[in-house]
Amino acid sequence: MSSREEITAGLAEILEEVAGVNPADVAEEKSFTEDLDVDSLSMVEVVVAAEEKFGVKIPDDQVQNLKTVGDAVTYISSNA
Amino acid sequence: MTRPDVVVTGLGATTPLGGDVASTWDAMLAGRSGVSALTQDWATELPVRIAAQLRVDPSEVLDRVRLRRLDRSEAVAIIAAQQAWADAGFSTVDGKTDGVDAERLAVSIGSGIGGAQTLLAQDDILEASGARRVSPHTVPMLMPNGPAAFVGLELGAQAGVHCVASACATGAEAIALGLDLIRAGRADVVVAGGTEAVIHPLPIAGFASMRAMSTRNDDPERASRPWDKGRDGFVLGEGAAVVVLERAEHAAARGARVYARLAGSGITSDGYDIVQPHPEGAGFVRAVRKALADADLTGADIAHVNAHATSTPTGDMAEIAGLRAAIGDHPVLTATKSMTGHLLGAAGALESIATILAIRDSTVPPTINLEDPEDGLLDVAVHKPRALDIPAALNNSFGFGGHNVALIFTRP
Repeated sequence: MSSREEITAGLAEILEEVAGVNPADVAEEKSFTEDLDVDSLSMVEVVVAAEEKFGVKIPDDQVQNLKTVGDAVTYISSNA
Repeated sequence: MTRPDVVVTGLGATTPLGGDVASTWDAMLAGRSGVSALTQDWATELPVRIAAQLRVDPSEVLDRVRLRRLDRSEAVAIIAAQQAWADAGFSTVDGKTDGVDAERLAVSIGSGIGGAQTLLAQDDILEASGARRVSPHTVPMLMPNGPAAFVGLELGAQAGVHCVASACATGAEAIALGLDLIRAGRADVVVAGGTEAVIHPLPIAGFASMRAMSTRNDDPERASRPWDKGRDGFVLGEGAAVVVLERAEHAAARGARVYARLAGSGITSDGYDIVQPHPEGAGFVRAVRKALADADLTGADIAHVNAHATSTPTGDMAEIAGLRAAIGDHPVLTATKSMTGHLLGAAGALESIATILAIRDSTVPPTINLEDPEDGLLDVAVHKPRALDIPAALNNSFGFGGHNVALIFTRP
C-alpha cells in the first residue's frame, strides 16, 4: 500500500510523461484541467497509465469526479 | 471583376536533403543524394532496404510532449508551415495572426497516404494490450485532414482548412486549390503544400509488391536515377513542403517579398487505369495545355520543367513524350527526385519550391545518376546545375488514380 505522497509522486511522473507537466507543480490541491492544463484526451491517458501503475480500475463514470490531484490520490488509495 | 493575381511569398520545407529550404536548395545545387540504407531491424527482411529519410528529425524541432500527439506526417507539415509562415513575414501569437485577417487565411495541405504510421503502431498496441490501451490521440493523428487541421490551428487560419488527396500529385493539387481559393475570393492568403512520412515496413512492402521501387540496396545514393537506362523504380522519401500563396495586391500592400507568380494550373484525370499511366500521356498533355491556357502562355514560353520523373521504367519516358507534344523540344528539364527520392504527397510541393528557386536564381538544379540516358531524351541539366534565364517554368505531378497536375510559375 502506497502512501499519499508516493501516489502523488507517481501521478507526477505520469503527468510529466503524458502532458509535460513540471513535477514540481503537482500537488494535491491542483486541478488537472485548470492548474495543470491537462486536456480531456490527455486526461484519458493519465487515467489509463494510473490504472497500470497502481493496479486499480478507474471507471469512466468516476473520472469526472477526479478534479484535483488529491481526488485521484484518494480514489487510488481507497481502491487499490 | 478581374481575376486576382496570385504570388508566392513564403517557402518552408523539411526534406531528406535538409531541415529547411536553404539547406535543401544548397544540397540540390551541389547534386547531393538524400538516399541511404535503412538500418532499422524491421528493414532486414524487406526486398527494399533504402529510403530518403529526413535529414533533421522532427524531435530536434518540436518538443517531446507535442510529438506524442502528432503523426510524423503532421509534425513535418507543422515544421514546414512554420518556416513558410515566418519566411512570408507573418507571425501568429496565441492564435492571433499578424499581417492577415484570420478569416481570410486558409490552409490547403494534403498527404498521399496519411497517418499510416499511427494506424499501424496503434494496431500493434490494440493486438498486444487491448482496446483500452489505444491512445486517445489516435484519430486526430491518423485522420487524413490532420496535417491541414494542425497547421490551421498553429497559424490561426479561419477561412477553411482543406485536405487534398491525389496520391503523388497531392502536393501540386493542394497548391492548385490554393490558387483557386484566392481567385474565387475566398481567401487572401493560403498556406499550401504536402506532407508524407510512411517509411515503415507495410507501405514499403506494398509498393515493393507492385514492383514500383528500386531494389538497388547495395548502392543507395545511386538508386534514384530518372531517365537512366539502368533505373529500376522509385526511392521512397519523407518530408513536407509548404508555400505561402497570397493575393498579389495583398502582398504588395504589406510590402512582402515576392518569389514568383503562380500563373496557372491544369488538373485532369486519365480515366484509364488505377495505377498505369495512359500510354501516350493523354491526360498529362491535357493538364499542361490547360495550365498554359490558364496562365495565358504558350509552350514556347516555358524555359524549364521540373519533371515528375520518379525513376520508374515506364513513367519517365511517357512524360517525355507528353512534354514533347504539349510544349516542344526546347525546355531544360530536371528531375530533383534523383536527389530527394519520391516524397509521394509532398513531392509536388517540394518540386514547386525547386521550380520557384530555379526561377529566382536563374539556375536549373541538376539531375544526378543520369549516366546512361535513354534515347530520345530532351535537354536535361545533368550532374551540375545549369545557368538559365527562366521567365516561366512548369512543374508536373502525376498520381496513382490517374491524377495529372501541371503548375506554371513565372517571374514576379
